[in-house]
Amino acid sequence: MRSSQRAAQSVAALDLSLPQEPDLLEYIERTTGENVRNCYQCGKCAAGCPLSAAMDLQPQQILRALQLGQTDLIFASDTLWLCVSCQTCVTRCPCEVDLPRVMDALRSWAIVHHHAAAQREVVAFQRTFIKSIELTGRVYEVGLIGGYNVTSGHLFSSFDLAAPMVLKGKIKPLPRRVKAMDEVAGIFRRAQEVQQREARSGRAQEEKGGSH
Amino acid sequence: MNAANAYAYFPGCSLHGTACDYGQSTEQMCERLDIELLELEDWNCCGSSPAHMVNPWLALGLVGRNLRLAGQTGLDTVVLPCAACYARFKETQHALKDPETAARIEYVAGGAVPSDLKIEPLLGVLGKPEIRVKLHDYQQRSLDGLKLAPYYGCLLTRPSEVAQFDDPEDPQSLDELLKALGAEVVSWPGKVSCCGASLPISRPELVWRMSGQLLAWAAEAGADAIVTACPMCHSNLDTRQGQIRRAGLGDYHLPIFYFTQVVGYALGLDESQLGIGRHLTNAKGLLGRRRPVVTQAG
Amino acid sequence: MARIGVFVCHCGSNIAANVDCAAVAAAANQMPGVVYATDYKYMCSEPGQKLIQDTIREHRLDRVVVASCSPRMHEPTFRRAVAAAGVNPYQMEMANLREHCSWVHNDRPLATAKAIEIVGMLVAKVGRDEALRPGRAELTKRLLVIGGGIAGIQAALDVANAGYQVTLVERTPTIGGKMAMLDKTFPTLDCSACILTPLMVDVAQHPNIELRSYSEVEQVQGFVGNFKVTIRQKARYVNHATCTGCGTCWGKCPEKAIPSEFDQGLGKRTSIYIPFPQAIPNKPVIDPDHCRYLGYRSAYEEQVASLGLTGEEAAKYKPVGPDGKKMPPCQICQKMCPTGAIDWTQKDELIEQEFGAIIVANGFDLFMLDGSHEAETGQPVHPYYGEYGYGKYPDVITALQLERLMNASGPTGGEIIRPSDGKHPHSVVFIACVGSRDDKVGRPYCSRICCMYTAKQAIMLKEHAPETDAYVFYMDVRAGGRSYDEFVRRAQEVYGTHYLRGRVSRIYRKGDRYVVMGYDANIGRSVSVETDLVVLANGATSARGSVDLMQTLGISYDQYGFINEAHVKLRPVETNTAGIYLAGCSAGPKDIPDTVAQASAAAAKVCGLFARPYIETEPTVAEVDQRKCVSCHLCEEVCPYSAVTFVTLRDGRLAAQINPAVCKGCGLCVSGCRGRAIFLHGFSDQQLLAEVDSLLAPPLTLRLPELVPVD
Repeated sequence: MRSSQRAAQSVAALDLSLPQEPDLLEYIERTTGENVRNCYQCGKCAAGCPLSAAMDLQPQQILRALQLGQTDLIFASDTLWLCVSCQTCVTRCPCEVDLPRVMDALRSWAIVHHHAAAQREVVAFQRTFIKSIELTGRVYEVGLIGGYNVTSGHLFSSFDLAAPMVLKGKIKPLPRRVKAMDEVAGIFRRAQEVQQREARSGRAQEEKGGSH
Repeated sequence: MNAANAYAYFPGCSLHGTACDYGQSTEQMCERLDIELLELEDWNCCGSSPAHMVNPWLALGLVGRNLRLAGQTGLDTVVLPCAACYARFKETQHALKDPETAARIEYVAGGAVPSDLKIEPLLGVLGKPEIRVKLHDYQQRSLDGLKLAPYYGCLLTRPSEVAQFDDPEDPQSLDELLKALGAEVVSWPGKVSCCGASLPISRPELVWRMSGQLLAWAAEAGADAIVTACPMCHSNLDTRQGQIRRAGLGDYHLPIFYFTQVVGYALGLDESQLGIGRHLTNAKGLLGRRRPVVTQAG
Repeated sequence: MARIGVFVCHCGSNIAANVDCAAVAAAANQMPGVVYATDYKYMCSEPGQKLIQDTIREHRLDRVVVASCSPRMHEPTFRRAVAAAGVNPYQMEMANLREHCSWVHNDRPLATAKAIEIVGMLVAKVGRDEALRPGRAELTKRLLVIGGGIAGIQAALDVANAGYQVTLVERTPTIGGKMAMLDKTFPTLDCSACILTPLMVDVAQHPNIELRSYSEVEQVQGFVGNFKVTIRQKARYVNHATCTGCGTCWGKCPEKAIPSEFDQGLGKRTSIYIPFPQAIPNKPVIDPDHCRYLGYRSAYEEQVASLGLTGEEAAKYKPVGPDGKKMPPCQICQKMCPTGAIDWTQKDELIEQEFGAIIVANGFDLFMLDGSHEAETGQPVHPYYGEYGYGKYPDVITALQLERLMNASGPTGGEIIRPSDGKHPHSVVFIACVGSRDDKVGRPYCSRICCMYTAKQAIMLKEHAPETDAYVFYMDVRAGGRSYDEFVRRAQEVYGTHYLRGRVSRIYRKGDRYVVMGYDANIGRSVSVETDLVVLANGATSARGSVDLMQTLGISYDQYGFINEAHVKLRPVETNTAGIYLAGCSAGPKDIPDTVAQASAAAAKVCGLFARPYIETEPTVAEVDQRKCVSCHLCEEVCPYSAVTFVTLRDGRLAAQINPAVCKGCGLCVSGCRGRAIFLHGFSDQQLLAEVDSLLAPPLTLRLPELVPVD
């Protein structure tokens, strides 16, 4: 979308008669078992969320956006990526909505459907972490920081901690590898396959002749 | 091998890396308490937070392989010192209850995954009556006069349906452990509040605020130190006090201990054996200050 | 030969949407015995009933089948209608085409075919109906009111004023209920005690009301007009006939630190006590769990027995308490009482009385955050809302506790102070919906009164101390009564209470104050408030012991222990058991105006019942053919209503006899009787077999092309 188009759209009222991404709600219910309509927007999750002051969309507003079919709001916001899964919200929710699980499902959807992540540093860290596991079977911290610095463009992040950590013997110079790396590789491959299949098997997708 | 006290042991990546002090003190402490830890052969990373945030099936598959390895040891219980690893293992076991999901997990994990193993956090093992008896019998140093703030973090007790460990709002297992050793446990509001978790690399300023708040609360409550049960929490609280100070959020110099270090110290181990010298915020000498050596009971 | 008329109702579109009523009527016309069949839109309406009556007269019908809704809906209506036209009301049958057909199917041809089958069954049955007459039973014109709160008080006064005798049973030492604990009532801010105590005195002084306080209903047997009730008068250890209520005893009682139930644990009482100064009866009871002498006495009896002491030794023995020290025999109240009213020999007394009607007004209790309510129902005890710190933080209190603080006759003489340090709060936070609208704690319903009482408490707080900051965290404000919404707006506009739309996530301690972490949806941000006192509006639940009481009465209740009304819309003060009525919060949380209205409504129902000379009992009851009875007693064993007795016949044999007034026609004895000796009037074997035969007969497919042939 052109930036002028996006700018023009952002000052219009939300058009509720045109729900966006109709498959997303069905995907959420199917993969998490949660009915997002159970949320009555009391805000207790936001009240207890340690990151809520940093979020543009509050936790329960993610569910509100789903309820109203306004999914663009979700993927344009940084909330999904600032959530650390601390589980405070679900512990206190009076409607027993498992919001962390819904967040995971939304992140999966975002990744499969290539929604650009609003918080690119957070995603860069997550991807680097996972890459480390893919390469060695375990997280190799030097590679993790180095990889993040390169991916995110923050070349000197954590620089101030590097020296003291090395001095204290907390940074191991060489990675430890899992021997059965073929098993690990298989897990990665099959996990991606299942994720893709799950996020593309909605009704609309099937009508379009979508993949299974 | 004393079967009653032998556990399959999953250390997790950080205990071999940035939390090697936790790893060290865990092993030393367990040896003193006759707890036998048998590290799983060729374990892989559990995926921690990033895996499930990016692909829940990856997370389930990674733990699934580890559960398979644990099942092969013939032991019935896996013990995990890291709270995040513990949470991931419990989450996977919870997911295995549904047959359709279990089939998919086994597919991703590349083979059968046992669903009946007992999964315990290391803190939970220390709560067992027979271990408490040993703790009492083998304690060499009292922690009298030491004011400690017990910090559980997020993942040991939440969500309670999955974690099934202690109370999610006001847990007591660490409190009781420290009290049993003679320490004074301070009441403070940060017991189960989040430290910032996996954000310090990507969004450090958020962690400064969250961890900074924990340090402020602990200091307000008069704590000499915070005692934690999670390597991520320890890292955020211990290694970033300098950054927090430079961000104008408080000058604390508050030592952060792993509970294994505190217990190990009470059992007579010295600071180097417990890795206390590896902390970035100087914690040396605190445990030893004003602590009289008590003669072993019986 | 029976002359049967069939009347098929459309019930608007309830039946007609899925059943072709005209086709059903046409098919009915061909059934044996049917001389007239028609359909109409609303059979239960005046024109509908007139249609039936006119048809009865015109076609000389002596049996009627109304094919419409469930008999539970309109059987009495149609019975009356046919009776007015001269047909015996028990020779009218209803074929349920609604609940049993159109409401559960949506295939029109199949549903129509089924409807025709159903009508066929009832046509076959009604031809074999006998003309029955209702029985008559005596009626005891005495009302039992269970519960002495405002509902029970109002109902008792109404019925007593109508000239009937009333017994009011209340399990606590005084009447007044929750309303007596309130300081002011919304929306008028009337002083609660001022409007309640005159009614309480009326009850005490009314010649037609017998007040049994400190009593509970133990057993209920019988039926409408003829209830036999056993009431347990608990031992007070004080003779109320000689006691004058002078108050010397509770002034001198050395047990002074018992948490007062009336003051919600914030105040203290003695072990001989009246709950509050205006209690009715104004005479004390002794609490056996805390009385020193009664504790001494039971310890004495226990220890003498376990040590095996007798005679002199026993007489001299002084019992020892759990702390190892000798227990004091006390009895100070007895020594001080000027009229000698203390009576240690009292025991619980069981009293049997007969009543014609019962009104259940046992009120409500509040959601217990310590989970103790669940302990009573055998569920696991699990404290709720740990994140609010109730029980841990002394200044997190419930709304009823605040009410006691605000009340001039409360534990602080009307000073709103913090329980922790006695200081006046500069800031108070109210939290709504604690234990309400909350699936997690098993209370999804709205407690209905909390929004209003929270606004009231905020206004009263500001009246006491205008400079206090008040915050209310709410989800929605429910203020539907007259001038209710205006009242809540006043709390905000005139008194400056901050209303924040969002729940509170947690409360923690900061020094000697508290930090409340909440949310305001209108500004869209999480918020925090540093405050001195937190008031939780905990929701109304059924009264403690409700389930046991409902079981004793044999009335229906829901999963929360609230009574189920006979019909939610049209019969709100009756239960499904004839003669037992309800009023007030026993059937769900409600405010005082609605409670009083229900109490008077229930009273009107009772007066309507008592105005009759006798009770009519249903004739569709079981009867024993005593020639066939072998006296095996099976019927007696299975009867849930204890309606069976045994009599000696003229030839010396024993045979069963069923009391038609008690029998409810459930049919257990009929199906159980080994010798087929019992039959149920209105549901004889012949009738039921006729219905089955009708189903097995070849279906009617002639001359009605739109019907689907049935295989």
